[in-house]
Amino acid sequence: MALEMTTDTESAMDTTISAPPAVSAEGETLKMRGRDVKVFYGDKQALHGVDLDVRKNQVTALIGPSGCGKSTFLRCLNRMNDTIDICRVEGDILLDNDDVYDPRIDVVELRARVGMVFQKPNPFPKSIFENVAYGPRIHGLAQSKADLEEIVASSLQRAGLFEEVKDRLDEPGTGLSGGQQQRLCIARAIAVSPEVILMDEPCSALDPIATAKVEELIDELRQNYTIVIVTHSMQQAARVSQRTAFFHLGTLVEEGLTNDIFTNPKDQRTQDYITGRFG
Amino acid sequence: MFWTYAALLLLVFVAANVYGRFRALQVAGHQLSVLHSRPTYHGGYLAILSTLPAFVLLIAWAVVEPRMLDMMVISANAEVIEGLSKPELQAFLRDARAIAFGGIVAFSDAGKEQAAEVFASLAQTSFVLKSVLMVGLVLGGLWYGNRAIRPTMRARHFVERTVMGLLILCSAVAIFTTIGIVLSLIFESLMFFRQIPILDFVFGTHWSPQSAFEGAGAEHGEANTKIFGAIPLLVGTMLITAIAIIVAAPIGLLSAIYLSDYASTPVRAIAKPVLEILAGIPTVVYGFFAALTVAPFIRGWGESIGLSVSSESALAAGLVMGIMIIPFVSSLSDDVINAVPQSLRDGSAGLGATKSETIRRVVLPAALPGIVSALILAISRAIGETMIVVMAAGLAANMTVNPLEAVTTVTVQIVTLLVGDQEFDSAKTLAAFALGLLLFCITLALNIFALRVVKKYREQYD
Repeated sequence: MALEMTTDTESAMDTTISAPPAVSAEGETLKMRGRDVKVFYGDKQALHGVDLDVRKNQVTALIGPSGCGKSTFLRCLNRMNDTIDICRVEGDILLDNDDVYDPRIDVVELRARVGMVFQKPNPFPKSIFENVAYGPRIHGLAQSKADLEEIVASSLQRAGLFEEVKDRLDEPGTGLSGGQQQRLCIARAIAVSPEVILMDEPCSALDPIATAKVEELIDELRQNYTIVIVTHSMQQAARVSQRTAFFHLGTLVEEGLTNDIFTNPKDQRTQDYITGRFG
Repeated sequence: MFWTYAALLLLVFVAANVYGRFRALQVAGHQLSVLHSRPTYHGGYLAILSTLPAFVLLIAWAVVEPRMLDMMVISANAEVIEGLSKPELQAFLRDARAIAFGGIVAFSDAGKEQAAEVFASLAQTSFVLKSVLMVGLVLGGLWYGNRAIRPTMRARHFVERTVMGLLILCSAVAIFTTIGIVLSLIFESLMFFRQIPILDFVFGTHWSPQSAFEGAGAEHGEANTKIFGAIPLLVGTMLITAIAIIVAAPIGLLSAIYLSDYASTPVRAIAKPVLEILAGIPTVVYGFFAALTVAPFIRGWGESIGLSVSSESALAAGLVMGIMIIPFVSSLSDDVINAVPQSLRDGSAGLGATKSETIRRVVLPAALPGIVSALILAISRAIGETMIVVMAAGLAANMTVNPLEAVTTVTVQIVTLLVGDQEFDSAKTLAAFALGLLLFCITLALNIFALRVVKKYREQYD
């Protein structure tokens, strides 16, 4: 799939921006909506028609056993699956009112709006400053050097890393500890002011203390961003998320308030999974 | 004779191996668990013990025997040999050997007949002695090994230590060969520097060794010191190498980027091996391609726009050499670009960077040290390249940076100095060794530099 399909100057996002936002039954704004999402890797179907909404300024956790399709769904939300040649996506995924798989959508613009933090911290082999400044630079967000420094500092601050690294912004990002690296990656994602942040098991490579810091950070980030997090730890899902979706064998089994899912699941499979009978 | 013995030893080796296994099983009462080492190792133990000493003896004998025989023949025929010069003595021994063992005899006389008899009888004795010793060593080894085989015997340790010794020996061969070559370069160069001061050689700007006084020695030193200046050769080498790198670096690097990040799997599967075929073309083929196709083309092109281009130009040689080293650059760069983790590309894409931004701002900076070392290795390859420049660059030691003129390189001059009849003590011949040493030092320095860069790169990603 070509990465830059949009040739017309007017992109799909500009034309539809005035439409009223979709809302849920409770009146909450729906930031992203997946409708009948099917994903195929070659001949193998990984997702079998998933309908899932992501609510604005909430943390949505995707849980389920390995290979259930939760990461695949997450990567559909900002088209990271495009980088896999044999991957094919069907169905609709809407960001506000824009279909992200619309050929008129520029995937670069999409990813600036829907950022991503990966399982393993992957800072670039550049200085801490350059790591955070990378996104603003390529998107031309800063008018001047002072602007850029301001963006970097505030991103690091919001990621809760500024105090630890303010004296060594010129040192390589790869020299930080694992937890610091992951917070650096979060700062890097924040720096382009995305609307949605996708997190693919962001704490699985971290020790418990670093995990606690990142979880605390996720809770704070909720004020300004919409967050979707894939996690293997049910405690983590319970601690940081407002809503939880349980995936199993490529289908969405159950979705609801985190509290309900963990205390009163409707489906037997969810019950079995959260009580540790399988997975 | 040597090979017969070697074949026999091989037979013994195999037989002892089989027997050792069998014997180990026997002493263990066919219960593998009571054996310290598995039966294979007992077989190996017995085989090594029975054949290795005899094999060493065989080789030592093959090395020492001819010299011993010569010495003994000489001392036995002292009165005949007395007064012979060295070549005459060699001819005498050669003829005596030919009479004794068959071969072409130049002419024979009583003295040689007599020496041949000594040769024959000594060889007979040597043969018997060798055979007895070898049979003794084999039997002794078998007897000792057979007795030693028991369940608690640590045959595995013995076999593994022997194998390790073999491995050390093999790497030592490579290392000592290198040391030997370097030492011979150094000693011959020292002889050259005794005639031509080293500073005149390294910093001299005039090179015309063909005008050296024949048999040039210290007495002719004054005139000769002025004509062995290596600077024009170095300038020529650098000029051609620079042209080659200007050609190879962009083409190789960009094709590496295409192959690693843009090409689809089927394209890559075909394009990469095809590019590497370039590396398999013999350099002499590149050489006549340069001399017969590229050089006339450049000259014709130059004349059509009114430039005077010599028929053997640095440009032609440099261009073709650049094409030759493209696969080095592209293949090595492709490897280092591929070694940049996918997670970095994903991270960059996840921030909304385009593919080209990702490559320019993340992948290439991360791969830069590896790319630099690939370029340096390509440069040192270009500096040492001989065949293309011999055929296409010419012999005139012009000191120029004009790529349209004929220049010459260090390697070309080494070839020229050593082609044809030479005397081994003339400055002309020895200059080749000094040039070789110079070339060796340059490429060594480049390679060390490249390895250091690579090492630094590795530390970053572990």
